[in-house]
Parts: sequence; C-alpha cells; structure tokens
Amino acid sequence: MAKGRIVVDETLCKGCELCTSVCPKDLIRMAMDRLTPKGYHPAMLVDPDGECTGCAICAVICPDSAITVYRLVPAEKVRTPTA
Amino acid sequence: MAEKEWIETLIYTKSGSLTELGTHYCPGCTHGISHRLIAEVIDEMGIREDTIGIAPVGCAVFAYDYFNMDFAEAAHGRAPAMATGLKRVNPDKIVFTYQGDGDLASIGAAEIMHAAGRGENITVIFINNAIYGMTGGQMAPTTLPGQRTTSTPLGRDIEVHGFPLRMCEILSQLDGSAYVVRRSLHNVANIRRAKKAIRQAFEVQRQGLGFSMVELLSSCPTNWGMSADEALTWIEEHMVEAYPLGDYKVSPSIAVTKKDEGR
Repeated sequence: MAKGRIVVDETLCKGCELCTSVCPKDLIRMAMDRLTPKGYHPAMLVDPDGECTGCAICAVICPDSAITVYRLVPAEKVRTPTA
Repeated sequence: MAEKEWIETLIYTKSGSLTELGTHYCPGCTHGISHRLIAEVIDEMGIREDTIGIAPVGCAVFAYDYFNMDFAEAAHGRAPAMATGLKRVNPDKIVFTYQGDGDLASIGAAEIMHAAGRGENITVIFINNAIYGMTGGQMAPTTLPGQRTTSTPLGRDIEVHGFPLRMCEILSQLDGSAYVVRRSLHNVANIRRAKKAIRQAFEVQRQGLGFSMVELLSSCPTNWGMSADEALTWIEEHMVEAYPLGDYKVSPSIAVTKKDEGR
C-alpha cells in the first residue's frame, strides 16, 4: 500500500506539468481524457504499485497550490498540531 | 505482535494566507510559487492579522485578490513610497511590497533607491523575470544582453540598449539596507532557500533593523516562448550566471540572531 498520496484540485491546476518533471518516482501524469473548468488537462497521480511516499516535492513546485499531500505516519509518531 | 497502526496525515495543503481564488497567472509562472512562499512564511510566523501587503503594477497587480490579508494597490513603481507611509503610521505592523522588475527597477527605481537609502523598515519581494510580462514581453531593465523580447527582436544590444541593472548589488551599497539577498525559484532546493530568505527578511523587519529585500529569479514561460519546464532550465542556465545568487548584505545583528536560533 502506498505510503502517500496526492489530491490535485482541478479547479486550480493549470496543467503546467512542473509537478511531472520533479516527481522522484515519476508518478504524475497529465489526464488527457478530461479538461479543467479553465480548459487545461489536469495533473493526476498514477500509482498502481503504491510507490508514492508523500514527499511533497510536487507541492513545493506547484505554482497554483493545487496539490494536497497526505502521508501514512505510524500512530505513535503523529504529532498533534501545536499552532 | 500487533500490526502497526498507521494514520494518514495531512503533509501539505494550500496556505490559509492565500484566498480560495485561482490566480490569473499563466501556467507554470513562478509568481504563484512566490505568492505561496510569502503566504507560508506569514502562516508560520502567525502574523496574518498584522501584515499589510502592497501590490504593484505588473502581472501581480491582482495580488490583493490572492492574499488573504490587508492589501493596498500602489501606483506604478510607488509601492516603496506607499509602504513607507503605511509603516510609519503603523510601526507595529509588518509591511511588505511585492514588485516585479519593470515596477521596481524601471519606473520605480527612484522610490526603491530612496526607501533603501532612508533605511525604511519595510520588506520588498522583488520578482526578477528579465522581461515586462503584463504588457506583452518588452525589454525590461533586467533583460539579459542578447535576450530576445518583443521590443528587442534581434536581442538586447548593449550598445543601443545599455546593460542590465543588478538591483541587489546596487541596493546593498546603501547604508540603510539591512538584508539584501538574491534567490531563485528554478528548482525545489532553491525554492526552499527562497522561503528561508523571505522568513529572514520578515524577521529583519520585525526586529526593526532596516530595509530588507529578497530578489527572486523567476520565469515568464509565455513571453520567453518556452514551456514551464524549459523556462526553469533557462533561469538556471542563463539568469543565475548574470544574476549570481547569494547574500549581498546581511546586517551583523542577523548573524547573531541566526546563531541564537541554532541553540
């Protein structure tokens, strides 16, 4: 099972493909079968073997803050938010 | 042994200091990245209610729609003058301007120079993409020699159009400036460094040390005629050479602060 996953907000994604170029596991593809409301092909995670680690590098380069990143963390290591 | 329990945790999501609105910037434009970095720094410092931003004229003219905080819109190039007034009237607020190279280095050259010279306690985020983005890709003061733009179709000829202005080098010479650094947004490592520099610049202002500016080398895929990815490579190959990254001026008091933070 994948350690991480990303969710792309398709109302924000403009299909610039920067996330596809930085993913260390090369797991992000453009969804050529659909368009966003703005008219771009959005990015999507293609992870059949569960390789995503939730490293958030795609989120760091995304100019439109369209990517939300989740990662599985051992229960004992989950920190309660302090702020 | 019982199976280890895993909990799905949120690692990254859009900063609360940005509004829900999608930006009007072209796909792959690094304006979005710099907006995000500023918003994340403001979130981390917990100063959203105490921050006043000033939007420029240029592509970032609608920045007030994208930041979820108090914002003002300045006349072309006059953001440092407006920031001066706002900061002097509200000394307990954090005031920053967000300016492009046409705004800051061309029409606003006098304002930025004197704001830095007076040592105004403001922060300037300077986006250098070597071109006028909003008006259609004309030559800017920061355009590289030989670079093709719509107003220099044969490339910038230094004999006719002169040399590019290096604002960090210029402003670091002024006694009023406390923190003047140049960073780039062309890859993940440099984006992270840029975020640290923005944080440092806001800290400089919070401590009242004087003028702080972070120059960010940015891309303009549309007017450079490249894909988003090619544009980032172009920054790395051409712009970083012409505009070396680094700390041009760091107030001695910051060096002390840095050491204290390490303890």
